[in-house]
Amino acid sequence: MTEFIQQVFNGLSLGSIYALIALGYTMIYGILRFINFAHGDVFMIGAFSGYYLGIIFAFASVSGFASLGMALLIMIGAMVICGLLGFTVEKLVYKPLRKSPKLTILITAIGVSLFLEYGGQLVFGADPKSFPSLLENKPVVNLAGAVIGSNPLVVLVTAGILMVGLRLIVMKTKIGTAMRAVSYNPTAASLMGININAVISFTFIIGSSLAGAAGILYGLNYPSIDPLMGILPGLKAFVAAVLGGIGNIPGAALGGMIIGLLETFVTGYISPTYRDAIAFGILILILLFKPTGLLGKKEIEKV
Amino acid sequence: MIALTAIAIFTISGCNKGGGDEILIGEYGSLTGPNATFGISSTNGLKLAVEELNNAGGLLNKKVKLITYDDQGKPSEAQTVVQRLIKNDNVVAVIGEVASSNSKAGAPICQQNKIPMITPASTNPEVTAIGDYIFRVCFIDPFQATVVSKFILNTLKLKKVALLKDVKNAYSTGLADFFEKEFKNMGGEIVEVQSFSAGDKDFKAQLTSIKAKNPEAIFIPAYYTDVNLISIQAREIGLTVPLIGSDGWESEKLTEGKAKDALEGCYFSTHVSTENPDPKIQEFITKYKAKYNAMPDAMAFLAYDAGLILFEAMKKAGTTDPEKVKNELAKIKDFSGVTGKISINEQRNAIKPAVILEIKGGEFKFKETVQP
Repeated sequence: MTEFIQQVFNGLSLGSIYALIALGYTMIYGILRFINFAHGDVFMIGAFSGYYLGIIFAFASVSGFASLGMALLIMIGAMVICGLLGFTVEKLVYKPLRKSPKLTILITAIGVSLFLEYGGQLVFGADPKSFPSLLENKPVVNLAGAVIGSNPLVVLVTAGILMVGLRLIVMKTKIGTAMRAVSYNPTAASLMGININAVISFTFIIGSSLAGAAGILYGLNYPSIDPLMGILPGLKAFVAAVLGGIGNIPGAALGGMIIGLLETFVTGYISPTYRDAIAFGILILILLFKPTGLLGKKEIEKV
Repeated sequence: MIALTAIAIFTISGCNKGGGDEILIGEYGSLTGPNATFGISSTNGLKLAVEELNNAGGLLNKKVKLITYDDQGKPSEAQTVVQRLIKNDNVVAVIGEVASSNSKAGAPICQQNKIPMITPASTNPEVTAIGDYIFRVCFIDPFQATVVSKFILNTLKLKKVALLKDVKNAYSTGLADFFEKEFKNMGGEIVEVQSFSAGDKDFKAQLTSIKAKNPEAIFIPAYYTDVNLISIQAREIGLTVPLIGSDGWESEKLTEGKAKDALEGCYFSTHVSTENPDPKIQEFITKYKAKYNAMPDAMAFLAYDAGLILFEAMKKAGTTDPEKVKNELAKIKDFSGVTGKISINEQRNAIKPAVILEIKGGEFKFKETVQP
């Protein structure tokens, strides 16, 4: 039982990171109907932003650990950097191609992804870096022998807050309503006076800054980062987004949690060899049997 | 016809350049990538050996030139660069790699082309079994498994051990198998075997399964980058037992970041201790520090020795002819290197003692020496 509780917790804290990345995929798909394959690498840039900000700020403190406020500041810094990155990539690369066939944009996204990965190797170096200890990890909950550390708990709580925040933005604000309108029907939305370009930029900024936050949380949980670290989590978050129903925000969160839990259970109880196979096996099954995903709605193609 | 002749002349002049006033020796190692300190340390050690030799007048009245290529720690790259060293650069001998998986990728190419290869630190027995041109200057893993088993049972007096191995890595799986057999033979109990793939970042699922079996220690034959993360996550889920490792742990990056506390009081077996008062070792440390402004690790010591026995074999052969050099390498006996006396046995392996180091405050402290 102890083991099971611990595994559930391990899975949730991994899953919450997948969920944050998956949100970006799903939001951008919802607005533009295209998969931004560079999204996993934005997540990597987030982790590296945290690494350099952490070196600048945290190591100035005496204890070796940053204060909670400082850690928050570093996370916000990384989110801003990634938001700007997302904004710039969209403006420079995707916007000129908006009228081109979907395949062109998809291939361009892969190009942006490779550019960030190998550009990252050039700038940051190829060897893994040890992520700064932003917060000291203390055992918080001891549930029948299952130790839950403060860092994984911080990851889970922060991810939860960000997801609720996103939900509020999308459902309660004017720009959120505009986003939903564009997602529903871009032409009609623009006829109603909605500034489509602004909405698309906003979506990229929000999605990328969530990936940036995920990068920091990942570094907190697994403090070794390298320029290719975004590939696998990026792909798995993509699977999570498809599993939940691509374009559906609560679906992405749910999908991320499911993938995280399944991976942890497979590794812990069956064999770690199948860890990666599980995510992609799910992708195949979902595409075969329920292509709209768990929470996705069937879209009627207008002819 | 003219074109053909031109190519022929070109090729011949190219060869002459290679075998002219310099002896070309090739090296391959992971200068970048997840196990970069392996390649950087071994290159530094080898460069020191070459530099000293050239300052003392060179070898066979020629200077030795070292050509080093980066294989990024990948077996496929290792094959490419070894091919390049032999075919394009016409080296007369090859030194490398540290990681057994990469040595196993490079060695068949050296064997096919009949170029002697000396690995400084690959301990997997299969490496030298590839052929009679492949040598090593370190001990092999069956011995290392015995050393670790004895240490856990006799010195630490612990009997229940869990095993965590890297399935993508020949060194790790080989050593894990030898350990499992040896430890059981000596009366110990393996309570759980878990595995991961090099490059994984999340080890909590495996560690949680290990924790459920209540082991008294965990043996992790793996490389330092993964061990660094494993140790941090083990402590996070409340696993407090000592982690025991092998020579793949040897890197200053092992205790980077939070792992400094996580690995406090843990042990690993390796080739040499920098605390050893032996004047040869201390002299090497002084020279290395003066040149690189860093402490040498085991990979630097071993690469230096690999260079020394290669030069010795060439001196005895009186030529750089690969076959004669190979025959002389096989005859090396009681050669005094920085890591102790080196004798090459029939399987082209060196028979040498191992040391156990304890991690204290992020530094590696000498614990005990185990003779073969």
